[in-house]
Order: sequence, then C-alpha cells, then structure tokens
Amino acid sequence: MSAPVPEHPIHVSLADLSVQFALGRPLFGKPPMVRAVDGVSLDIPRAAFFGLVGESGSGKTTLGRAILRAAPVTGGSVTYRDAEVEYDVGSLDKAALRDYRRRVQLIFQDPYAALSPRMTVRDIIAEPLEVMGLTTSREETDERVRDIAARCRLNLEHLRRYPHAFSGGQRQRISIARALVARPRFVVADESVAALDVSIQADILNLLKALRDDLRLTILFISHDLSVVAHVCDMVAVMYLGAIVEVGPSRAMFAQPRHPYTAALFSAIPSLDPDERGRGQRLEGEIPSATSVPPGCRFHTRCPFARDRCRTESPEWRQVAPGQHVACHFSEELAARMNRPGRRQT
Amino acid sequence: MAANDPALPLLSVRNLSVDFRTDEGRITAVDDVSFDIMPGEVLGLVGESGSGKSVTAKALMRLNPGNTIYAPESRIVLRDEGREIDVLALRRARDLMVVRGGRVSMIFQEPMASFAPAITIGRQMEEQLLLHTGLTRRQARAHSIDMLARVGISDPAKRIDQYAFEFSGGMRQRAMIAMALSTRPRLLIADEPTTALDVTIQAQVLDLMRGLVAEYGMAILFITHDLGVIAQMADRVAVMYLGRIAEAGSVRQVIRTPAHPYTIGLLNALPKVDDPDAALTPIPGDIPSPLDRPSGCVFHTRCPQAMPGLCDRRVPLLAEHAAGHAAACFALDPAEAPA
Ligand SMILES: Nc1ncnc2c1ncn2[C@@H]1O[C@H](COP(=O)(O)OP(=O)(O)OP(=O)(O)O)[C@@H](O)[C@H]1O
Ligand SMILES: Nc1ncnc2c1ncn2[C@@H]1O[C@H](COP(=O)(O)OP(=O)(O)OP(=O)(O)O)[C@@H](O)[C@H]1O
Ligand SMILES: [Mg+2]
Ligand SMILES: [Mg+2]
Repeated sequence: MSAPVPEHPIHVSLADLSVQFALGRPLFGKPPMVRAVDGVSLDIPRAAFFGLVGESGSGKTTLGRAILRAAPVTGGSVTYRDAEVEYDVGSLDKAALRDYRRRVQLIFQDPYAALSPRMTVRDIIAEPLEVMGLTTSREETDERVRDIAARCRLNLEHLRRYPHAFSGGQRQRISIARALVARPRFVVADESVAALDVSIQADILNLLKALRDDLRLTILFISHDLSVVAHVCDMVAVMYLGAIVEVGPSRAMFAQPRHPYTAALFSAIPSLDPDERGRGQRLEGEIPSATSVPPGCRFHTRCPFARDRCRTESPEWRQVAPGQHVACHFSEELAARMNRPGRRQT
Repeated sequence: MAANDPALPLLSVRNLSVDFRTDEGRITAVDDVSFDIMPGEVLGLVGESGSGKSVTAKALMRLNPGNTIYAPESRIVLRDEGREIDVLALRRARDLMVVRGGRVSMIFQEPMASFAPAITIGRQMEEQLLLHTGLTRRQARAHSIDMLARVGISDPAKRIDQYAFEFSGGMRQRAMIAMALSTRPRLLIADEPTTALDVTIQAQVLDLMRGLVAEYGMAILFITHDLGVIAQMADRVAVMYLGRIAEAGSVRQVIRTPAHPYTIGLLNALPKVDDPDAALTPIPGDIPSPLDRPSGCVFHTRCPQAMPGLCDRRVPLLAEHAAGHAAACFALDPAEAPA
C-alpha cells in the first residue's frame, strides 16, 4: 500500500506499522487492546507537504509519534533516509538516536501540555539548540532564537515572559518556533495552526512552505482543516480507525474523492453560507470500537454503500487514478454517486 | 422563583476593560467591550489571536488569574430566574459556583488544562454533576456515559475510566464538551470547542449544541477562528482586534457585507477550497505589542484605508451604519470620511 512518486526519493517510509494501547486494567487476563495504528504502509517523499486527515481518534497523532519513536510500536518498521543517513528507526543505538532527534521534530497538538511553565519563552525556544550543542555562544543562540521567533510572528519583547501569559494562538507559535529552531529535515506538525486566526495562519503556512522550498524540509501535516490541507498539501492520506483508506495527490483527491469515508468527510466541510446550515453528510450507523475492528472493510458499519462483500472481505489496496490509491471494493462504481467536496464561498 | 424573562438579555456585558500587571508593565487585554446575549441566542466571537477573546470569556466566570485588574466601570450582569447577578462583585466561593459550572459552564480552549491528569475522566465528570445537580453518584455515572456517547465516543462505558492522556486530542475535547453540557447550563461559553475535531464529528457536536438551544433555550458565547463554523452556528457575530470590538452584526451581515477593514482582511485571508492555487494572503503589517498599543484606532497601523491625522489620533466608536450592523471605523462615518 505505497504511493511512490518517481521524481522524489522517499524521505520516510512506514511498512506495516502497528501501535497498540491497553484499554482498561482488568483483574484477570489481558486487557482489550486499542489498535491505534493497524498495519499502515506509507511513503512520504522528500520535501513533500504531506497531509494526514481523518476521524478524531483514528490514530494520526500516534502515527506521527511512532515516526519520532515516541509511541510503543508493536509491529512493522519506520525507515528514515536523507542525503547523509539511512536509519531503521526502531533499532537506533544511543548516538544514532541523538542524531535522529536533530533531524526530526514534532510540533505538538496541545501546546499547553508541551510548554514548561517555569521557563521563559526565550529558554523554551533555545532549549533544543542548547541540548544538542548546535551553537557555540549565547549571542549565536539569541540570534537564532530571535530570527525564528520573528518569522513565527512572535513579539520579541515577549521572549522574557512565561508561557501562561500568552493566548492559545501565541503559545502555538512558540511551539512552532521551538520545533523549527534547530533546522530539522522532517517535521510532524500536529494540528499546528488550529488555534490561529486565518490571517496569522496564512503567515505560518507561508513560512512552512518557504522552508519546504528553501531547505527541502518535509512536513507531515496533521489537520482537521480541510480547506487548509487543500491549499498547502501536495499529497494527502486519509485515516479511519487505525488504517489509511485513501492516499493521493491532494488536487485529484479534492476534485474526486474515491473512498466513501473521504467523500463523507469532504461533504461535511462547514459552508461559509449561513443559509446552508446543517447540510453535509452525517455518518449514520454504529461507531465501531477501536478494540474490535469490524471484519471485512473496517468502514462498513457506517458506509452508506456497504454490501455483503464489504462485511466479510477486506478490500485490497488499488490504484484508481495516477498516484491515487484507495481501499474500497466498489470505488469505480461509487465514484459517480459520491458527494463532491463542500464549497466555501465568500 | 420566576422563570427567565425571554425579553431581557441573559447576559449583559458593559464597558468591560481588563488589564494584567506584568514585569514589563500593565498590559491591556480587553478595552471597553460591551455586548448582550439573549436566552437561546448564539453569539459568535472571532478575531485575531491575542485579541482578548479568552480573557473576555474567563471574565464571565471570574477565572482570570491574580494579576488581573478589572476597570471600575466594568459590569457583567447575569439574569437568572428573576435575579440579577453582578458577576464582578461576587466574593464568596459559593456565590461564584453559580457562574462556574452551575448556570454557566465553559469549554476551555486547551483541553489538557482542564482535566486533572491523575483523576479519571469519569470521576471528574461525576464530581461536576454531584456539585451542581441533585443526581446520585450512580445516576451521575450513567448520565456521563450517555453524554460521552452523544459526542461520538465509542465504548463509553470503558472509556469513562481512562485518564485524559489516554484520549486522543479530539476525544479530550469531546469529553470536555460532554462535561460542560451535562449540567444543562443556561449559558455555555465555548472557547474554540471544535479545533481538534474532524468535520463529520464536528457536525455531530454542533447538532447536539443546536439541539439544546432549541430544547431549553441554552445561550452560547461561541469563540472560534473557523468562520465556516460561525456561519453554521451563530445568530450574531462580534469581531475583536487588540482588545476592542471592531464590528458586530448578524451573521449574514458580517460574513456577506463585512464593514470594518479588519474583518474584510480576515475574510480575504481565508483559504478557498474552490481555488487551491490562490495565494494565502495574510493581513499585512506587524502585530502590535500589547505593551505598546497604537494610538487612535488600534488597527490603523495595518489598515489599508487609514486616514493620517484622524485614525492615528482619535478612537472610533462602534456605530450602526445599517440596522443591527455596527462597526468602529471612521471610513464608514460620513461626517469623517472623505467623499
Ligand atoms: N495572565 C496573563 N498575564 C499577562 N498577559 C496575559 C495573561 N493572559 C492573557 N494575557 C494577554 O492578553 C492578551 C489577550 O489574550 P487572550 O487569551 O484573551 O487572547 P485570544 O483572543 O483568546 O487569542 P487566541 O485566539 O490566540 O486564543 C494577549 O496578548 C495575552 O498575551
Ligand atoms: N498514551 C495512550 N494510552 C492509551 N491509549 C492511547 C494513548 N494515545 C492514544 N491512545 C488511543 O489511540 C487511539 C488513537 O489516538 P490518536 O491520538 O492517535 O488519534 P488522532 O487521530 O490523533 O485523533 P484526534 O484527531 O482526536 O487528535 C485512540 O483510541 C486513543 O484513545
Ligand atoms: Mg491527534
Ligand atoms: Mg483564546
């Protein structure tokens, strides 16, 4: 289930990756396991702005953390390659892990939890530089901190303050600055612009695009904001219940989603027209438990098009258009009947 | 006890100004803000990051920290069953409880901040119900499980015994929504309540909130950066910039015929799904430091229509230019604007 892009070498690739968590602590026997990431294979090309979207709880953050070696991987592997190194991320020794942590960074989903309340903003942003020993003097560190802070639209007078004195969006920009200050090659940006107004959001997205173009930074961009994803991402993967159900060039996918879940998701983008209230598809049917994934196609309990075959046979991963892959038995047949993306108009 | 009078605002905020004492001096976070919310009304609050939306919301529940200074003329009045509660004058803890989870409840912007890490989600939901309703512990647990199911959490009877860190970002946010709605508040303060939700679950959660508005006239102060969500939820909208209300009106007026140059800039910055090639266009100029607020109109340093000698000297007041639609801008005032 991979989507190779010929002109780019692959930066990070996942092979049959699985992550599980226990749900509850029973007195006897083993607890049921949440299959947060359930056998995912995915290739992320170098310098891609790669979108990862999908249902809340479907495993996006866990997948991102697995790439950073911050989730308990129970199966499969993560491979990282750049011009200098190639790592099997699951089996790094201490020195290699240090080096890897410099190349790959995470921008957290919840900035409140990520920022230490006892450090000034300057120290928070400078910490990666100091821990990794990337600068030789305090002046150089300050210089790098001021540069990235200004690019993230932070006020320089603010650097001496503590994080609690900032608004949600300001805190989010602090964590972006901290992740970018050490000039990583690969960034997992988890809902990194969700707390920003659209103007500052546009600024930060333009910054990330510039870093991608100038430094060939690869970005795994986890987001619920589909209009942002349509704008900045060149490729998108859609997750549902621990698995990827569709992946492809973002333009083609927004023009014609091929999986019924993708179509349902796109149709629910809230319209800017107040007279179109409550439109968009709601997913009916039972929300499956993450500990007992439905047999057959994992989406069948909520799929408006499900048939008998979907309840028993797990769909193969198929290419339906150039670079666009989907896990659905009836994709071709359904393409014509599925909803087009919602429209946002001003 | 008298029922709530539907003709009177449930909440009236008048001349609210909030400063913070900091090492670098006094910071003005909210500057002379006034608005009303009627029973059953949804007021959307949008605006720049750092413009004072959360500080305004927390003032309604008196949750701003110790370094907060409310200006003496500030008034927040909550009308509850014939009583008028002067929120900024409340002193005793048990009086404050009325606006903290009783008649008013809040969905916080950062879910991690509002769940204690070492107590299960269920325990926290139950405590809230025991404090503010007459339910027994057993009933409170059953009700909490039901609320978790209504926000789309699968296996709610098992999930309720998990800790916040075991939930995904969006599940935490939904648990907080479930908790805030479980006490059937008269006024819900929702601060960026759906940022961590995918659009299908977001639609389900918005349906649930709309249902409570219709069912018993819950009112909502709905803070969000997502103008699509505003279009779907709000009756009226207020737009904030650097502590002041720049524009207010019905949702159709503000989205279809924005009047203030800041609102126009905001709508222009929206990415459009129809046209992924269009460049993303932020509002130009530097965001002013709250320590160094611009004189006159706070937006004049970034405003394409700023009139030198006027906008940098005098403060424009919020004035109606159409019925129910007001903006604070000299360019809209025929007495000030050049023809
Ligand atoms: N405890 C505090 N001490 C000092 N300044 C504070 C404090 N809390 C908030 N501020 C400042 O008050 C201003 C308004 O903050 P607020 O959190 O209300 O913004 P907001 O409109 O909610 O922004 P966002 O959309 O980013 O959440 C910001 O400049 C912030 O830095
Ligand atoms: N540390 C943990 N302990 C136990 N369960 C966990 C942990 N982290 C994640 N999970 C579970 O793994 C599943 C996937 O969670 P994840 O955070 O990856 O979802 P997500 O796609 O990022 O969702 P959201 O969009 O809501 O942030 C969920 O069922 C969650 O409860
Ligand atoms: Mg997540
Ligand atoms: Mg806020």
